[in-house]
Amino acid sequence: MPTMRGDAMRGLAVFISDIRNCKSREAELRRINKELTNIRQRFRADKTLDGYQKKKYVCKLLFIFLLGHDIDFGYMEAVNLLSSNKYTEKQIGYLFISVIMNSSTEMKQLIIQNIRNDLQSRNPIFVNLALQCVANIGDREMAVAFTNDIPRLLISGDTLDAVKQSAALCLLRLHRTSPDSLQLNTEWTARIIHLLNDQHLGVATAAVSLIDALVKRSPDEYKGCINLAVSRLSRIVTSSYTDFQDYTYYFVPAPWLCVKLLRLLQNYPPPDDPSIRSRLNECLDTILNKAQEPLKSKKVQHSNARNAVLFEAINLIIHMDCESSLLVRACNQLGQFLQNRETNLRYLALESMCLLATSEFSHEAVKKHQETVINALKSERDVSVRQRAVDLLYAMCDRSNAQDIVQEMLTYLETADYTIREEMVLKIAILSEKYAVDYKWYLDIMLKLIRIAGDFVSEEVWYRVIQVVVNRNDVQSYAAKIAFEALQAPACHENMVKVAGYILGEYGNLIALDPRSTPLIQFDLLHSKYHLCSPTTRCLILSTYMKFVNLFPEIKHHIQDILRHDSNYRSSDVEIQQRATEYLKLSEVCSPTVLATVLEIMPPYPEKQSPLLVRLKQKKPLMEAEGAVEPTSSATTTPVTVYIDDVPKLADTAQQQNGLLVSLDTPESNGHYEDSTFSSMTKPATSTVQSNKKFLLKNSDIIFENELIQIGIKGETTKSSMQIELYYGNKSNFNMTNFSSNISCTGELESELRMNMEPIKATIDSRAQIKQSGTIDCLKDFRDLPKMSITFYYNSMPQKIDFSFPVYLNKYIEKAAMDSNNFFLRWRNLEKPSQEFQKIFPAKFPMIYEDCHQKLEGFGWSSLTGIDVNSENFCGAGIIHTTTQQIGCLYRLEPNKQAKMYRLTIRASRDGVAKRLVELLEDQF
Amino acid sequence: MVVIIQFILLFSRQGKLRLQKWYTSQTEKSKKKITRELVATVLARKPKMSSFLEWKDLKVVYKRYASLYFCCAIEQDDNELLTLETIHRYVELLDKYFGSVCELDIIFNFEKAYFIFDEFILGGEIQETSKKSVLKAINDQDVIQE
Repeated sequence: MPTMRGDAMRGLAVFISDIRNCKSREAELRRINKELTNIRQRFRADKTLDGYQKKKYVCKLLFIFLLGHDIDFGYMEAVNLLSSNKYTEKQIGYLFISVIMNSSTEMKQLIIQNIRNDLQSRNPIFVNLALQCVANIGDREMAVAFTNDIPRLLISGDTLDAVKQSAALCLLRLHRTSPDSLQLNTEWTARIIHLLNDQHLGVATAAVSLIDALVKRSPDEYKGCINLAVSRLSRIVTSSYTDFQDYTYYFVPAPWLCVKLLRLLQNYPPPDDPSIRSRLNECLDTILNKAQEPLKSKKVQHSNARNAVLFEAINLIIHMDCESSLLVRACNQLGQFLQNRETNLRYLALESMCLLATSEFSHEAVKKHQETVINALKSERDVSVRQRAVDLLYAMCDRSNAQDIVQEMLTYLETADYTIREEMVLKIAILSEKYAVDYKWYLDIMLKLIRIAGDFVSEEVWYRVIQVVVNRNDVQSYAAKIAFEALQAPACHENMVKVAGYILGEYGNLIALDPRSTPLIQFDLLHSKYHLCSPTTRCLILSTYMKFVNLFPEIKHHIQDILRHDSNYRSSDVEIQQRATEYLKLSEVCSPTVLATVLEIMPPYPEKQSPLLVRLKQKKPLMEAEGAVEPTSSATTTPVTVYIDDVPKLADTAQQQNGLLVSLDTPESNGHYEDSTFSSMTKPATSTVQSNKKFLLKNSDIIFENELIQIGIKGETTKSSMQIELYYGNKSNFNMTNFSSNISCTGELESELRMNMEPIKATIDSRAQIKQSGTIDCLKDFRDLPKMSITFYYNSMPQKIDFSFPVYLNKYIEKAAMDSNNFFLRWRNLEKPSQEFQKIFPAKFPMIYEDCHQKLEGFGWSSLTGIDVNSENFCGAGIIHTTTQQIGCLYRLEPNKQAKMYRLTIRASRDGVAKRLVELLEDQF
Repeated sequence: MVVIIQFILLFSRQGKLRLQKWYTSQTEKSKKKITRELVATVLARKPKMSSFLEWKDLKVVYKRYASLYFCCAIEQDDNELLTLETIHRYVELLDKYFGSVCELDIIFNFEKAYFIFDEFILGGEIQETSKKSVLKAINDQDVIQE
């Protein structure tokens, strides 16, 4: 038995030894059960137990629990320990509840009471125990209970440093678990920010984490931290490692604090103030310089700590994305790491370079390392490193190097790990299409891809090959030629048969004059594969045969023989049987002209975003490389059209609307003035003309207006990200000062939306307007609305306006077009009760077809004609994009003009979404 | 909920879990499932591989010290190298406290290992990086009998 330290418990050590000496699982279980019985008896006769014994038994229970067994008693004894005056007993009590009673509710109030007592204790070590417990398991109830006690501990002048540290992280925990129940007084803001300057590095280290979280909630309120963070950082990086005593880690001064500060700064755009900005640039420069200095120790800890800071600095440089010299230097540094002995460094360098490849400043610099990256692909022994190399090649690819990169990826594919093959296939397919100058090259690559990795070629990939061929008549004969050649291979992947079969059916005639590929040869070749294929592929081949009947009348009877053959005509597969029967009949009864019309070549497909990109994103929701190729692509991105007239202009709207249009009484926009100085003002009247959900059906709207201020919004969504612009117009004759605006997501919304608003000017002159841009990303489907909070001084009176910020789920819908068959097929697929929601509601507005059509289109999805047999009905579809998934939605809106009612039915692939969409739309018609 | 460190696991080469610290709330069932899967994944890694692995939507940073694996799950965009050094600092703290720590120390004094955690990392965030300060706090605890 090893030596025991501190306040050792002998009985516990004996028990642990016993358990370790058990030869079998059964013996262990017997020993544990014996112990549990013993403890239960001891607890029942509780009067005889002293604190030490209680502590010992609670500790034994904890040990048993950590071995993986359930513990269903002893909780009360553990909570009793909390009120002990002995530190070690209290400590075990707290340990037990933080490990075991994560979400137990029964004794919550008792626990909270005990924690409160300890928080108010004069003994700082008791206070600390309580704080540590809350920091580990704090929840909503604790946030409510301690909303005052803990912030006070943090900012009070006479709190011990160690307590301050715990208090900061405790507050952070409560802020994260329940941001809305934890109210931080704005007077404390400055004092919290100033913790960054605390002499005690430990306090500063703990405080940065808290401030980082608060900044994410209210960037403007905390933007004073930028200056302090930059100067603290500067003091650390420019000093010698000897200055920080125990905070220097293997010759690196305060690496944890440095990294946290660098992360904090990534919440903001580059500092506006030129002096702060240049100081920050100096810091980053210094960090890059230090990376070039010889190592001060051979220990890996030294280089890890130094590089941890370096990588975080590079992240900040990439985030700011404005200093081209820093970006290029970062890139060169990472280039050196690509050759480093340490696998970890090579992995991280590849990962960071992926981000650098997306910046226009460093894209070229990244490309210089192409050869090294390709080597990594070939020689790295760790699959996760090779995966990073693939990602980087994908990110650095552009028109100039596409041929090489695609070729290398293709070569690697032959030996690549199975786990990454499908993704590689997608990436090769995307790159070779995107950067194809010559589509013959594209086709060569794609057929090679199917040959090498046929099993990993998903439907989307080969469909796309067909689409490209159908849409480009300059490659069709080449396609037919190489498809024919590919089929000649003795072992031919079924996906190849599909592609070749389809292409020959459409364009086989283009190579039929070549004596090596006459109609009969083509047919025989294809048919030699027929029996090796699955029923689905056979169906496709049968269609090809039917097309041959039209293209090559001279082999019609060969084909009719096949169709008539028992294995098709009487196939046990219904689809094959049906096709054989119908095609045979068609070939027998129709005249050549009718056949020519029925079997005409396929018309071009509508150009839309490649389904491959969608597929890739599904595979990897966090595809950082996507942005890299976006700027150079023209085919796949839809240009963003900005109409100047869409921008809500202060002057016009103020005149037209005259403060009449904004309704504040709806639940969605529950605007109210908190300050009593506003009480004399009349509330704007409710409008009946306009929808009371602002910004729901339009891309720009006035979202708030009163006598003083008008706030307009304009939004443009691309997939899961909405670019917004907010216009704040001062309608009054006084300047507004200390202006601040904050949009916050609380509760569930915190994990559903990601806000990133640029800081805003603090003053709006009289009769002037200021603009604020930002993005709102949709991480998950959401229901609630963010809260917007605006404060300013007007004529030296403080003003505060709070209202719900109208960003609704439909903003992330992308239109989808489809024909009737497709629509109803999909409709039927979404048949679970949880996927559908229906509502019948009375018409609020005149029932005009055009208006409804416009509103539905304005909502974001398509309003398709010719879907429903009843032409009065509206149908349409859309896809809701979140960063993690895509939610398909279909709807049907059926007006009943006699009854002046509508019936709205929505189906969506994700549970609950249909209901939400109905709620958004039901009062709009 | 965004937490820097999501959880920390210590397990032996035989796959026995020695210490677990969870900073996000999980049911016991999912804790056991995560542990089982992760232990198997890490033990299957070969030497010379990087110390990082992408696991579900998290990143796992691990390092082996003698017979024990220290394994730390962080967010995708967190600093992997620093996490390695966080692990190392914890090992140093254990080493200093127990005097050349071995797996048995952690088994027999698991509660102390937890107390050291709480002085060093709190709620998934680094609280105090100074070795002296953490050890002083822990040694003070041992001295206090009241």
